[in-house]
Amino acid sequence: MTDARELEVLEAVERRRRLKPKLKDELVTLAHGAGGKASHVLTEALFLEELGNPLLAPLGDAALVQDNGTRLAVTTDSFVVKPLFFPGGDIGELAVNGTVNDLAMAGARPLCLTAGFIVEEGFPTADLRRIAASMGAAAGRAGVAVAAGDTKVVERGNADGLYVNTSGLGVVADDLELSPARIRPGDRVLVSGTLGDHGMAIMIARGDLELEVELESDTAPLAGLVRELLGATDGVRCLRDPTRGGLATVLNELAVDADLGIVLDETAVPLRAEVVGACEILGIDPLYVANEGKLAAIVAPEAAEQALATLRSHPLGAAAAIVGEVTAQPAGLVLLRTTFGGSRVVDMLVGDPLPRIC
Amino acid sequence: MRFVDEYRSGDLARRVSEEIETLLEPGRSYKFMEVCGGHTHAIYRHGIEDLLPSPIDLVHGPGCPVCVIPMGRVDDAIALAERPEVTFTTFGDMLRVPGAAGSLLDAKARGADVRMVYSPLDALKVARENPEREVVFFAIGFETTTPSTALTLLRARAEGIRNFFVFCNHVTILPAIRAILDSPDLRLDGFVGPGHVSTVIGIGPYSFIARDYRKPLVVAGFEPLDVLQAVYMILRQLTEGRSEVENQYGRVVRSAGNQRALETIAETMELRTTFEWRGLGFISQSALKLRPEFADWDAELRYEVPGVRVADPKACQCGEVLKGVIKPWECKVFGTACTPERPIGTCMVSSEGACAAYYNYGRFARRREAVEA
Repeated sequence: MTDARELEVLEAVERRRRLKPKLKDELVTLAHGAGGKASHVLTEALFLEELGNPLLAPLGDAALVQDNGTRLAVTTDSFVVKPLFFPGGDIGELAVNGTVNDLAMAGARPLCLTAGFIVEEGFPTADLRRIAASMGAAAGRAGVAVAAGDTKVVERGNADGLYVNTSGLGVVADDLELSPARIRPGDRVLVSGTLGDHGMAIMIARGDLELEVELESDTAPLAGLVRELLGATDGVRCLRDPTRGGLATVLNELAVDADLGIVLDETAVPLRAEVVGACEILGIDPLYVANEGKLAAIVAPEAAEQALATLRSHPLGAAAAIVGEVTAQPAGLVLLRTTFGGSRVVDMLVGDPLPRIC
Repeated sequence: MRFVDEYRSGDLARRVSEEIETLLEPGRSYKFMEVCGGHTHAIYRHGIEDLLPSPIDLVHGPGCPVCVIPMGRVDDAIALAERPEVTFTTFGDMLRVPGAAGSLLDAKARGADVRMVYSPLDALKVARENPEREVVFFAIGFETTTPSTALTLLRARAEGIRNFFVFCNHVTILPAIRAILDSPDLRLDGFVGPGHVSTVIGIGPYSFIARDYRKPLVVAGFEPLDVLQAVYMILRQLTEGRSEVENQYGRVVRSAGNQRALETIAETMELRTTFEWRGLGFISQSALKLRPEFADWDAELRYEVPGVRVADPKACQCGEVLKGVIKPWECKVFGTACTPERPIGTCMVSSEGACAAYYNYGRFARRREAVEA
């Protein structure tokens, strides 16, 4: 059993974790882009400090803007994935779905997107066309138009071929309130399908690992799935799409924001055998690996079964599962009950096991 | 997943846990050291302590390859990486290890050509594909990783690749275990022996532990059930008054080890007179360097390596943690000044480091009543 001195140390560590982060690094490193702790520090201690305003402060997937009674959701995302084409998709499709999903997590119906292209001199126009076509197709599937765009070309040696930025605008129903502040002890944690498919597919597509695994990115637009979920129950407290940093990172953000604990059940987490195998070999925890077509939902206990059934009846939610529960204690921490019968902390990601996956 | 799930079964775990309970002497407490960082990681990742009765205390040992690299060697690595002609290749874990002035990741952000690789053969591939660059591989690790460095050297020679160099920091586990056994700080009842190291060296070399120090040692695998069974086997020895070297990891470890791997090491490397271990100080004949026949591939001969010995930061107690004298949370800077995102000591960096494993996985009030009841 944990002894009293150890408890004191643990409490000191928790107090420390809750302090406002300070940016001590003199230079930006890859860790600042990984979606984990360093990214958080950069966002909160640099961007929020300089740009801070009530719209930005919640740091959700999309910001909510109200004008004349209309509630709009606005979001932006940049894509630097390498390789540009990968099994299951490409940078164009990813850029459309990523922004559509950020809007969907705010409960918004996507209205339109913008697209910015930063292209390296010498980039084949055939590839650029292929990517634009795939963006068009993805936008069609998501029922949204790319309404504005911009192109910049930079000298050879910069931008590594192509970077894409997309921004999105959506409209949110008047009575809809999705927020970590609504999370209560006893709520259930749901995921809409298998975890880690996108991140592992990209790593394998890069070919550095010399692993032969057939695995496709899960990139997909989730606005339709979210619409059905919100239509079926009003018990949804909060939605997140577990992209960079994976499920572990978004649940940590929610646990801290809500000042509640989350306990996951390892046996309930849906994972493809290919992802489990590749993660075992690489020593990576699939809970930290990025998804591009999955959502995590916190749902009131009485609505959980209905929400699960609704997710499962949709093609993008067929493997949905209830993976955990919100608890009063330990506040601000995510724990995992292991298959083995033990338990452990699931902390935020430190460092970057998989750079440039989106 | 087959061959993994079987070793993570909760039902079997509870049964072994009950068996362990029956072997405990009333009123006695037990301290077992898991030598290898892979075990430390597994213990926290699977929550194995939840399944052990409270009189059993698992003490974390020195077998974490990243943790034992002293600060001076990190600075040497950074000095090599910052040379304009050098492409520096390293395992990912080493990127964030702090030297006296930052880490390799910081050097990379300043412009050094530092690349992460998964094996030394990947580093050799970088050399082959970039003949105009001088590619240095930061070789670290115990007998587990030494054979792959050795094999890569043989391949570099066979292919005549002359722009590939090894910065050798390979260490050997036995002198470290002996140093711990000779240290007066610690009273241990037995060892969970390293699994992967033993696939190379076999189980014979541990016999002095059982014979001279009268401590049981059970070589174990890295799945949670492996560790639990090893604890059971150590307790069995204690109950029966034996101290022997036993092999729980028979599905992988052969008693004689891997002769071919040992020959490959012997062909390419030889013992250094002495080598500094982080926190443990200089231990004689505890590390390897390249043999003179491989001088052309030796980064320490090719370049001016600063070789300055840097004392650990005063607040850092990695040495005590590596020897198992204190638990990670007993270190004065644990989780406050020293965290995985801003580590002071190596034990907080590597996923196999005791502090990182405890911070990332074990940092909450454990309740063991369920097992004790």
